[in-house]
Amino acid sequence: MAKEAAGSSGGPQPEQRSGPGVAPDNLMVKCPKCKEILYSRDWEKNLKVCSRCNYHFRLTAHERVNLLLDPGSFVELDAAMVSVDPLNFVSRSQSYAEKLQEERAKVGLNEGAIRGYGTIEGLPLSLAVMDFRFIGGSMGSVVGEKVTRAIELGLERRWPVLVVSTSGGARMQEGFYSLLQMAKTVAALARLSEAHIPYFSLITDPTTGGVTASFAMLGDVILAEPGALIAFAGPRVIEQFMHVKLPEGTVNSEFVLQHGMIDAVVHRRELRATLARLLRLYKVPEAARAQQPASATAQSQVEVATLLPRQSSQSRAEVGGGQDGLRS
Amino acid sequence: MVYDLEFEKPLAELEKRIASLQRKGERLRPEEHVQLQEYERELRRRTEEIYRSLTAWQTVQVARHKDRPYTADFIHLMCEEFFELHGDRRVGDDHAIIGGPALFNGETVMIIGHEKGRGMREKMYHNNGMPHPEGYHKAIRLMEQAEKFGYPVICLVDTQGAFPGLEDEERGQGSAIAASLYAMARLRVPIIAAVIGEGGSGGALAISVADRLLMLEYSIYTVAAPEAAASIIWRDKVYAPQAAEAMRISARELYALGLIDELVPEPLGGAHHNHRLAAENLKTALIHHLQELRQIPVDRLVQMRYEKYRAVGPFGFAS
Ligand SMILES: [Zn+2]
Repeated sequence: MAKEAAGSSGGPQPEQRSGPGVAPDNLMVKCPKCKEILYSRDWEKNLKVCSRCNYHFRLTAHERVNLLLDPGSFVELDAAMVSVDPLNFVSRSQSYAEKLQEERAKVGLNEGAIRGYGTIEGLPLSLAVMDFRFIGGSMGSVVGEKVTRAIELGLERRWPVLVVSTSGGARMQEGFYSLLQMAKTVAALARLSEAHIPYFSLITDPTTGGVTASFAMLGDVILAEPGALIAFAGPRVIEQFMHVKLPEGTVNSEFVLQHGMIDAVVHRRELRATLARLLRLYKVPEAARAQQPASATAQSQVEVATLLPRQSSQSRAEVGGGQDGLRS
Repeated sequence: MVYDLEFEKPLAELEKRIASLQRKGERLRPEEHVQLQEYERELRRRTEEIYRSLTAWQTVQVARHKDRPYTADFIHLMCEEFFELHGDRRVGDDHAIIGGPALFNGETVMIIGHEKGRGMREKMYHNNGMPHPEGYHKAIRLMEQAEKFGYPVICLVDTQGAFPGLEDEERGQGSAIAASLYAMARLRVPIIAAVIGEGGSGGALAISVADRLLMLEYSIYTVAAPEAAASIIWRDKVYAPQAAEAMRISARELYALGLIDELVPEPLGGAHHNHRLAAENLKTALIHHLQELRQIPVDRLVQMRYEKYRAVGPFGFAS
């Protein structure tokens, strides 16, 4: 979807430069932002963040899982799920089926997202993580299905859900099916929400198009890595459409934070601890309560009753009309 | 009638001959009169023939035709009464999306649609039907109001896409569209969406999560404009016609794929040749679907809507 609209689009391919920043020999990498030459070993120890300018290199989905989850806790599900070619997409050169095969071989994943469950500091969660290398992180039916299943597993087990986004938009080769993944994932999120289960969205570089206009922007808490491109229309689309030149980094994490679209920009080093804090804060209410309003009310009245005597009458009044106010 | 599209040249030629004979009026000789009738029959036959097998790219041109009926035209032609509501109650009023309560077949419904505007001034006023975030916030406000009063929602879809400007990013275009998808997924009244021209990507989807999705016969629904898709896939927008074909964006193809619920017939030569008839056809279809949806208890309705979207998108498993 890339957006859209109009004329052109911020879709995947233009982003695919040759392996961002990785120099020919594996000992060194070059920072694409400040051009600093970094020792691979230091760079990896620094979680692939440039020690000079703080540029956060893109991570693969599995690197992301290793970064965030407790070691060894990740159980991947649906790893074998693959795209079919629902439109029998007629291509000028390489067919979509061939393209998929090539991407699978190149990236070493069956699709542009992985999903499963695991723990962060011992707290369980269901998650889906996108991988930008696979056809520009484009969302087709499989990515949509995996995100949806991650949400559904959260619903079923009453675990919080985390989706880590990185995407150039919808997968053109799956046409309308791709577009509808936006509606599918969001419909599942609406159910999660009605079950009072928290959903955390982590947005990484780059995230544009249909993913930005669906699950990425619907988190109860939305986090982003520093300097990540985050937009509905990518900067090139905006430039082309508005006939302007945008300074580098105009639409990024800091920009969307400043405009109230996300909750926090978090350094890669702090991400795991931050998510652990959120998991401790947003405890999932017990199913009985969330799903059976009648008994839940009865239970909370008991709690209120035992609680009230301990409060001063003044504080009760402040809460709004004392006992009656609390009960209503 | 005006046949002004590239592929309509043979029709335009016939039309010219017909017009020149008609100009003679009373002075028409008997054999010329016969000739005129012959041309008229021929025009009808050729038009039917061409429109029966439009390519995807030709359909794009019809869907974007400047004389095509727009949302305001359909509202005017289909509803007994309409009161336009303005504003998102936060920032402003986006004229790319119009909406409000309407009397439709004797009942109040909430109509919401993209409006492109006709002619320079209107096009500027309506931003060519490309909404800003305020447009989606207004749409959500209207849908929630419809839910409060139990009015069905009818959405008319006609946009190239949401507006891709820097200010739109500042005001959260992505969030606004996501919020609208979210609202529609759980709205507790019937929703029918009808694509009347261009269904352009997320900006169109944002007001078309519905219990029933209808499309006018020569309308399109695309994941990205064919020009955009061509430059993404093949790095050159000259391949837009191929992209249109490959992505199967015409109403007919989408109907064949089972992705839409009804194909609404258009007048001969496209809706722009007869707004009134186009509106009558759409109204008939809407009444039919509304009647069906009204029979369904609301919990069941929302459940069915969920299942419909949940099921979209085929996949397989690698062996
Ligand atoms: Zn650097």
